[in-house]
Amino acid sequence: MALANVFETPAPGFNFDNAGRNAALNGLFDGGKTPKPMKTGTTIAGVVFKDGVVLGADTRATSGEVVADKMCAKIHYISPNIYCCGAGTAADTEKTTDLLSSNLTIYSLNSGRNPRVVMAVNILQDMLYRYHGQIGANLILGGVDCTGNHLYTVEPYGSVNKVPYLSMGSGDLAALGILEDGFKPDLELEPAKELVRAAIQAGIMNDLGSGNNIDICVITKQGVDYIRPYRESQFKDKRKTKYKYPPGATPILTEKVVPLKLDVVQETVQKMETA
Amino acid sequence: MEKHCTDSRVKGVSTGTTILAAIFDGGVVIGSDSRASMGGEYVSSKTINKVIQVHDRIFCCMAGSLADAQAVIKSAKFHLSFHSVQMESPPQVIAAASVLKDLCYKNKDELQAGFLTAGWDKKNGPQVYVVSLGGMLISQQVTIGGSGSTYIYGYVDAKYKPNMTKEECLQFATNALALAMGRDNVSGGVAHLVVITEKGVEHVVVPGDKLPKFHDE
Repeated sequence: MALANVFETPAPGFNFDNAGRNAALNGLFDGGKTPKPMKTGTTIAGVVFKDGVVLGADTRATSGEVVADKMCAKIHYISPNIYCCGAGTAADTEKTTDLLSSNLTIYSLNSGRNPRVVMAVNILQDMLYRYHGQIGANLILGGVDCTGNHLYTVEPYGSVNKVPYLSMGSGDLAALGILEDGFKPDLELEPAKELVRAAIQAGIMNDLGSGNNIDICVITKQGVDYIRPYRESQFKDKRKTKYKYPPGATPILTEKVVPLKLDVVQETVQKMETA
Repeated sequence: MEKHCTDSRVKGVSTGTTILAAIFDGGVVIGSDSRASMGGEYVSSKTINKVIQVHDRIFCCMAGSLADAQAVIKSAKFHLSFHSVQMESPPQVIAAASVLKDLCYKNKDELQAGFLTAGWDKKNGPQVYVVSLGGMLISQQVTIGGSGSTYIYGYVDAKYKPNMTKEECLQFATNALALAMGRDNVSGGVAHLVVITEKGVEHVVVPGDKLPKFHDE
């Protein structure tokens, strides 16, 4: 049993229990279609610059062909110095990052240390590998710790890569073109923010699953600047009418009041011990 | 564009790869390319590191599914570290290879990863071991692996000599990797080489444009 200030490693060996469960679940549908999880077609990107890391994301969440959320937050808080962008199945990215965040908070309270980015990456890798790709979370983790500025990608099967710039999601190829062209090592803050914004913009313009506004998160040793939204969509619509009605808009024709008769059936008194 | 990222049921990123290891007089050279691909048509990383250090004088090269290989190596690193704490001495190269073999053999149904292990230890000097997909473990003087290796068997067989000097062996390894990267579409990027001797470990990275060019390039 590990101490509480050391992150507890799961039982040794690989655990493929859930693969069997999934095969059994597939059988329940009798060859029919298994329900499909909601995916956020997305463009997310990250860049390491001179003083830290810039993360960017679009804000559209789609449910089939309908935009379910126009201001969805895809940059998740992990710890005061680490943030994570998530693409793939919406529920998976939310829950995985929440779980990671809670565990890291407990760890840092117990050990008195701020978590390192590489620790978050290792925990994510172990968790995603354990589920053998069934958790559809494509994550970009960025953060600043005592060892420097780091940007990592974690893929659903549990493979990890450390990179200076990166994009993921359905709009990744469009964004990657901008990043490949514009990235230089040791960028200053404003050019780095502009590069990420341009990358997400390319994703929004060229991918149907990405759109609306652009969120940016800048992490440096001094702190975090979460700018939401960094750029609003140029195509925002102005609503011509509102669907809210003022009280009294519907006239009351008749009113009938029926009092409910209730009898006391049983009464128990429990004294509170305040000694 | 949709298919490569939204379907996590696809086996994921794999290292279609070229890896090699060769013993020279006094040490061993181990090296690989740096490309990670998805489905043979999308390069998901141009700079992936496939040569991982599992102990002070022992390195491993991975081939196959990137996720499986990284997970196995993580587990192997932990086991080796624990073993060397218990024994109060650095592990032997065969110990590292055995740990990998054990993991690959016991989980052969679920895993898709193969390894080359190379290193130096006090008892047996420089050694190279191959752990294949199903968990076979054999020791060789020179060995190549990965999808790109098929294109360089002839070169390796003809050009490898036992007891080469360090420089000759480095040149041999660089040439072999360059030839394989030139013919295999899922191998490419830079050539990562590591030289391990009794004195220590030396990393050599040869960027794509500095790789040797051959007659038709």
